[in-house]
Amino acid sequence: MTAGRHGFLGALAPGHGDRLLAFAQDVSFPAGTRIFEEDGVADRFWIVRSGLVALDVHVPGRRAAVVETLGEGDLLGWSWLFEPYHWQLGALTRAAVSASEFDAQRVRAACAADPAFGLAVTHCVAQVIARRLKATRTRLLDLYGPPA
Amino acid sequence: MTVPLPYRVVDRAVETHDTATLTLEPVRQALRPFAPGQFAMVYAFGVGDIPLSVCAIDGLRLTHTVRAVGAISGALHALRPGASVAVRGPFGTGWQLAGAAGLDLLVVAGGIGLAPLRPLVCEALAAPGRYGRLNVLIGAREPRELLYAAEVGGWPAALTTVDRPDARWRGEVGVVTTLLDRAAFDPPGTAAFICGPEPMIRATAGELVHRGVDPDRIRVSLERTMHCATGHCGHCQLGPLLLCRDGPVVTWARARPLLMVREL
Repeated sequence: MTAGRHGFLGALAPGHGDRLLAFAQDVSFPAGTRIFEEDGVADRFWIVRSGLVALDVHVPGRRAAVVETLGEGDLLGWSWLFEPYHWQLGALTRAAVSASEFDAQRVRAACAADPAFGLAVTHCVAQVIARRLKATRTRLLDLYGPPA
Repeated sequence: MTVPLPYRVVDRAVETHDTATLTLEPVRQALRPFAPGQFAMVYAFGVGDIPLSVCAIDGLRLTHTVRAVGAISGALHALRPGASVAVRGPFGTGWQLAGAAGLDLLVVAGGIGLAPLRPLVCEALAAPGRYGRLNVLIGAREPRELLYAAEVGGWPAALTTVDRPDARWRGEVGVVTTLLDRAAFDPPGTAAFICGPEPMIRATAGELVHRGVDPDRIRVSLERTMHCATGHCGHCQLGPLLLCRDGPVVTWARARPLLMVREL
């Protein structure tokens, strides 16, 4: 954590960050709240201000498998930006969470109306996706496992 | 000291299902004092010797955490108090924590890589005010594979993440680099110390440089097959470096170009 904005907002140029924040409303979730379900409609997204959110996958007959956690500064949800706008994973709060919540349709409309803003937002979301893809690939290597 | 000296196992603490920490006392003469980051060649009689970093520094005693992954490490892991070993050392470069006075400290450990970093953390905690903010970031495969869990729980600003959570795990899940976003440090005024699997080292050091940490202030501990530990046999060669002598701790500025060469 460094000075100023960090995480997802820190990756946006200040003007674009301010514009995005104009769409935000403050929300909070108690621990154990299901924020969204896998395959549900991705009509909102969040930037976490504090707390911890677990992203999980429903596995029939077993408990949900937690694949990643998100915390302060992280973007919660990117499926709102790409059709068919359905969540790829579920999200469950592990601790009380405060976040900025965004209406996906309004942000998409603003992105369409202002290509520079749209490009900046899309670029930052793509960075998040790329980072999570890289992290997933790294974990596939099972680096901490016993040597082959 | 290149002549092995006899030591006796005086304590054995089970860390995980395949990892234990052995405390050794000299039978007669003791080796020179070790610095955090240095290693010893520990000989299991009749089997062979392997390099083990010191994971605690306590007078004449040596403490090593060993994971049973092969014949020699398996033999050492199986030792019980009263057993004898032979030890050579100290070998290699240390973390050189003293050079980080006044800087924020960022310690990043993956898996058993926490072992050589543990004495560095203890040294930093023992000198409050000498350094800036201390952050310890730890990644592990599963909660049951976390080392020194009780001790780490008492370290301020220690964050842990695992790849595979169990039903009871309430902490972070993901790669250790994600914890960098949770750590409080000023990149230009930070000294980083990294130990773990090499891809994890590359990813962490690369991210720190991207954030503005000086590559000369990032120290990484590297691993290659070590045999003589005295810079003669060449088994641990990494380009121009013999890691038993010029390492295992080297700066990222020095290590990065070497780790990008597939043939090394």
